[in-house]
Amino acid sequence: MKAIKIAKTEFKAGLDKLESAYRLYGPVKEKQYYTFKALDKGEKPDLDYTNTRMSAKSLIYPQAEVTFEYSLDKNDDDYAILKEPAKDYAPRAVIGIRPCDADAFAVVRRNFETPEYQDPYWLSNMDATTLVGLACNTPPSATCFCTSAGSGPFNDKNLDVLLVDNGDHFLARVLTEKGENLTRTAGWTTAAENADVVIESGKAASEAAFSTTVHTERLKDQSLIGLYEAEAAIWEKEAFACINCGTCTYACPTCWCFDVQDETYGKSGVRIRNWDSCMFPLFTIHASGHNPRGQKVSRIRQRFMHKLKYYVDKYDKGIQCTGCGRCVRLCPVNIDIRRVCNQMNSYNPESCSCEVTS
Amino acid sequence: MTTYIDKIKEISKRLLRDGKVDMVIGFRKGSLPMMNQPMFARNEGDVDSFVWDSSCGVNLANYVTDRSERIGIVAKGCDSRNLVVHIIENKIKRDQLYIIGVPCTAMIDRHRIAAMVPGEIESIEENTADGTITVKGEGFSETLNKADLLQENCALCMHRNPVIQDEPVADPVPEQSPDDVDRYAKVREVESMSPEEKWAYFDDLFSDCIRCYACRNACPLCYCPTCFVDESKPQWVGKSIDPTDIRTFHFLRAYHCAGRCTDCGACVRSCPMGINVRALTKKLEKDCLEQFDWESGLTLDKRPPLDVFRPDDPEEFIK
Repeated sequence: MKAIKIAKTEFKAGLDKLESAYRLYGPVKEKQYYTFKALDKGEKPDLDYTNTRMSAKSLIYPQAEVTFEYSLDKNDDDYAILKEPAKDYAPRAVIGIRPCDADAFAVVRRNFETPEYQDPYWLSNMDATTLVGLACNTPPSATCFCTSAGSGPFNDKNLDVLLVDNGDHFLARVLTEKGENLTRTAGWTTAAENADVVIESGKAASEAAFSTTVHTERLKDQSLIGLYEAEAAIWEKEAFACINCGTCTYACPTCWCFDVQDETYGKSGVRIRNWDSCMFPLFTIHASGHNPRGQKVSRIRQRFMHKLKYYVDKYDKGIQCTGCGRCVRLCPVNIDIRRVCNQMNSYNPESCSCEVTS
Repeated sequence: MTTYIDKIKEISKRLLRDGKVDMVIGFRKGSLPMMNQPMFARNEGDVDSFVWDSSCGVNLANYVTDRSERIGIVAKGCDSRNLVVHIIENKIKRDQLYIIGVPCTAMIDRHRIAAMVPGEIESIEENTADGTITVKGEGFSETLNKADLLQENCALCMHRNPVIQDEPVADPVPEQSPDDVDRYAKVREVESMSPEEKWAYFDDLFSDCIRCYACRNACPLCYCPTCFVDESKPQWVGKSIDPTDIRTFHFLRAYHCAGRCTDCGACVRSCPMGINVRALTKKLEKDCLEQFDWESGLTLDKRPPLDVFRPDDPEEFIK
């Protein structure tokens, strides 16, 4: 790993150079909120942003993605044969992604790349993408809790380049070969001296400014059945307000579930995979009409058990959450994962009680 | 409104103590400013968590649908109107409910306030005496008039006092009249657009929709066991984020609410993307008022206009 210094003027010129080699994506303010979008030629990402309203998930894993096309015309030679549509996996770079969102890709990879299954769409998109992260010099929101969710404001584990805003210039850590290629293409080559000292002190200052945490240390040792059965102590109370919309799921950078649909138009059609949500009754309903998660209390339990217990037990890599805080900010009825996590962590199955924080 | 909460707690505790109800539905303080959360109290101790302020905008009628208990419910004007709709539509029985009526002094618009200040809001303080709200965050503190911060539906509301209740928490507040407030100015703006302008307007209106269905699920009217967008035999609507499917969802949902919607604003309040879903339902409210002289949820004694046929129903639209 090496550290470089990029003057802000040089940064803009570098982005122009990158346009010929990469499709660039970055945060842009649209209407009231920031969103990641494919940048037009000459358009610059707005790195004064806090974080985007929705996560960067859709850059790698679109909300709706066509996976196959087919003809239903019997006169066609390829009648009823599923064919893969042409895909664009040309190099792309995401400029200014926050560390929590980049870390989320590592979480999701555990699902999309296993010894048994490799998801071609997700992996091809990921392989084509270079992630240029932007450290959070201060916590972007009071709802951010990355420091206790396995991530951090300067976390560089899942980035190719980490940018740290340092006034009139960025200090950057070039972390991978992809990052090396990108910075070379951009012409960002000035070695930075003592960058680590500045970055580490910025990191410590930022981490100290976080005001909210989740407690996760006991989750792994908690009884799975005990938590599952904590209806009266946790689930019924947390589920009451829930309206079972998909906001938390769709806003979450680590929710990966999808649904597959065929859509037919006349004599041709496509197979699409769409984001799905365990909050929807449709997620689990059987062809018979029976729904094993027929009540919202079992759906909300599933969401939090998956993120904070099943995932923890299955992978032993912490929780399925990087602390971006979007679900907390966007939930229409203030279901707060921090509150739920702390209850699960402190739950005592013998007394059926837990600590409730506000 | 601070005195309201004392009365809400007093009534709720009495109801639970006397065994008149099995639960009381109210609000507790949320973990974020302007985000009070619906909660139920099953005992007097739970009631101590109840709060009341200008951030109790969630429509609590949504939480009694098909319940079997005897329920005490804290109800603003709009909540009470949705309880009327629920009772008419057999989603709850009148004698299951003990309605604790709150004369509403209007709810504040969290989306709008967030857009008015330079940073993230850390706290909100309400001064009911002078009608101001102080919004604080990192490096700013602004005292604003509550009247400028209202949810749009609240600013246009004609029924702030509960229309049905078992016990009020205070004397009625003054109502606005259609002479004071032009409820349908924005609807007329859209009505006067050319087809091309309308297309562009609706195109833009729903361009941010992520199909999370928060609007539908926050709405007390949307209780269908299977919503038309979720049906698969036949499948009426595609499930991707195709703009046609998204618009179909919003337009059809709005029509399903015609003559039933109380303009409580739950849909707009819940939308994570800040979409003004009411742009559709307000038009249908206006049509129902003009064509059938009907405002929903005001009485248990009349069937809603789209439920019944009357020989004198207007029929200019059948041509």
